[in-house]
Amino acid sequence: MEKPIIQLENIQRDFIVGSETVHALRGVTFSIFPGEFVTIMGTSGSGKSTLLNTLGCLDTPSDGEYYLDGYSVRQMGKNERARLRNNKIGFVFQSYNLLPKTNALENVELPLMYNPNVSAKFRKEKALQALNAVGLADRVYHKSNQMSGGQQQRVAIARALVNDPVLILADEATGNLDTRTSVEILVLFQKLHQAGRTIIFVTHNPEIATYSSRNIVLKDGRIIEDKYNQHIESAQKALDLLPVMND
Amino acid sequence: MNFTNLFKIALRALGNNKFRGFLTMLGIIIGVASVITMLAIGQGSKKSIQSEISEMGSNMIMIHPGNMERGGVRQEASSMQTLKLTDYQSIVNKASYISACSPSVNSSGQFIYGANNFPSTMNGISEDYMEIRKISVKDGEMFTEQDILSSAKVCLVGKTVTDNLFPDGENPIGKVIRFNKIPFKIIGTLVPKGYNSMGQDQDNLVLAPYTTVQKRVLAITYIQSIYASAITEAMTEKATEEITEILRSNHKLKETDEDDFSIRSQEELSSMLTSTTDMMTILLACIAGISLLVGGIGIMNIMYVSVTERTREIGLRMSVGARGIDILSQFLIEAILISITGGLIGVVIGIGSSFFVNAVLSWPVYIQPYSVILSFAVCTITGIFFGWYPAKKASELDPIDAIRYE
Repeated sequence: MEKPIIQLENIQRDFIVGSETVHALRGVTFSIFPGEFVTIMGTSGSGKSTLLNTLGCLDTPSDGEYYLDGYSVRQMGKNERARLRNNKIGFVFQSYNLLPKTNALENVELPLMYNPNVSAKFRKEKALQALNAVGLADRVYHKSNQMSGGQQQRVAIARALVNDPVLILADEATGNLDTRTSVEILVLFQKLHQAGRTIIFVTHNPEIATYSSRNIVLKDGRIIEDKYNQHIESAQKALDLLPVMND
Repeated sequence: MNFTNLFKIALRALGNNKFRGFLTMLGIIIGVASVITMLAIGQGSKKSIQSEISEMGSNMIMIHPGNMERGGVRQEASSMQTLKLTDYQSIVNKASYISACSPSVNSSGQFIYGANNFPSTMNGISEDYMEIRKISVKDGEMFTEQDILSSAKVCLVGKTVTDNLFPDGENPIGKVIRFNKIPFKIIGTLVPKGYNSMGQDQDNLVLAPYTTVQKRVLAITYIQSIYASAITEAMTEKATEEITEILRSNHKLKETDEDDFSIRSQEELSSMLTSTTDMMTILLACIAGISLLVGGIGIMNIMYVSVTERTREIGLRMSVGARGIDILSQFLIEAILISITGGLIGVVIGIGSSFFVNAVLSWPVYIQPYSVILSFAVCTITGIFFGWYPAKKASELDPIDAIRYE
């Protein structure tokens, strides 16, 4: 059997707010294997943001074990986790979070800037490859404020791909986009999935689950549903069915 | 994390905010430029005073009678008679750190030639006086040892005296002028020296052998002062000590007795006169320093705003793998770049405006290399000091909060 990319064992995360202890995660256990496209769903307050932070090595669990690509994250210090994020994870955020007044290429190069082992030449090569992969080969020198929301999110996805991560972590990546652009982004995610990427997509939109290979639902800090999707819808088909806007 | 990348990142971030960067820099530019200009003006006036004092003589040491009390009443120096010719002779014989020595006796009064008269001072001196005071003979000759021994009635006259006694441009050499009813033959004229920094006319004088003034004019046996010249400037202090020793033993003073003479060197005179300009320089530098401080606070202020404004950017950088130290370095480099660039521009403007002040107001300016280096170093340190706190704050942000900061 293949080694899991992510292995969560009874993860708990408590926050102390004033004098009260809030249990955001109350024992979450699951494993994700290479090549899976997992959606994590839940209403606000379900603990999905906390889970996302934990998966993204931005936060450490109060209890339980988390192995990312075999590395135990719980005992890691800030700097070690930063390195792990740099090497293993690609983030895609709801609000793109591109650097302002900076062109697409420089935005995509960013994660590699923090990797001392990458030369300037290799960095540019990788960034161009990643931009190519998201279909923005012709927008390389466009600045972030000269691009549409969909294009900006593509740049953000290219940025997430540039370091060849073992895991792409998307946080409501279509939340700020209109229906058509959302579906276009989902087409891109499905393409990446087909190319063998492991993707976790955190969302509260149930529709997106139909395009993923597996869906995990959280409620009150616990997993209440964990289902493999036998009939993955094609985002491309959905896109073709959408009326073409003439503007 | 390698430094080149951090440098690039900081440079790009600054490039995104050029105008703001420039405004921040302005504080540093003005600070550094004013420090340099103020110091240049202060040092310039000090230099000009110093050079005028050195014109007065070479490593000069002045010995006056003094510190004498009679029945608790302090005596005026000129009325004191503690310096004798023997003192002069023992200094000449025993002192090893001096190159020239001359006694001095003065008498003021009217000089008369024909129908013209002019008030001036007759200085009774020896030949060495010329070297000590940097006076030289223009036309004619200096009096000789023989003239001193015979108390000859000869004199040399300064330009002011010549101009007033011989208004028609007559050649004064060989003419006989009268002072105190005594006829003096003019054997030479002096090279004009102009006014000194205290506004005294240095050409209003008549030089004669000290024996002549002592015996024929004043009829005294003591001398009023002794002038000496140390071999080098560095030896001035040793020479002063040596002369003190010689005079004390000559005057048979006990250990507990105060000196009955006072010795002042040119150096002391110089430092006394430059103390005012030093004070002024310090004051100017303080004002300029304050403006540098204000510039530094400007940097801190802007960096602080910048950190708040770029919280999301910081969160993003952290989530893609920047460590705290990377963020800290980035903001620190930004602050240092601002202050160094500002410092360099400030140095150029400071030097430029020093020359401008010199050209337009014709104030003497002198740019000391140390003031340039100092103000540049201060502004770099300012950058680090005032950049540190905001940078530290940025590096301590929690990426989870930062990335979702609104």
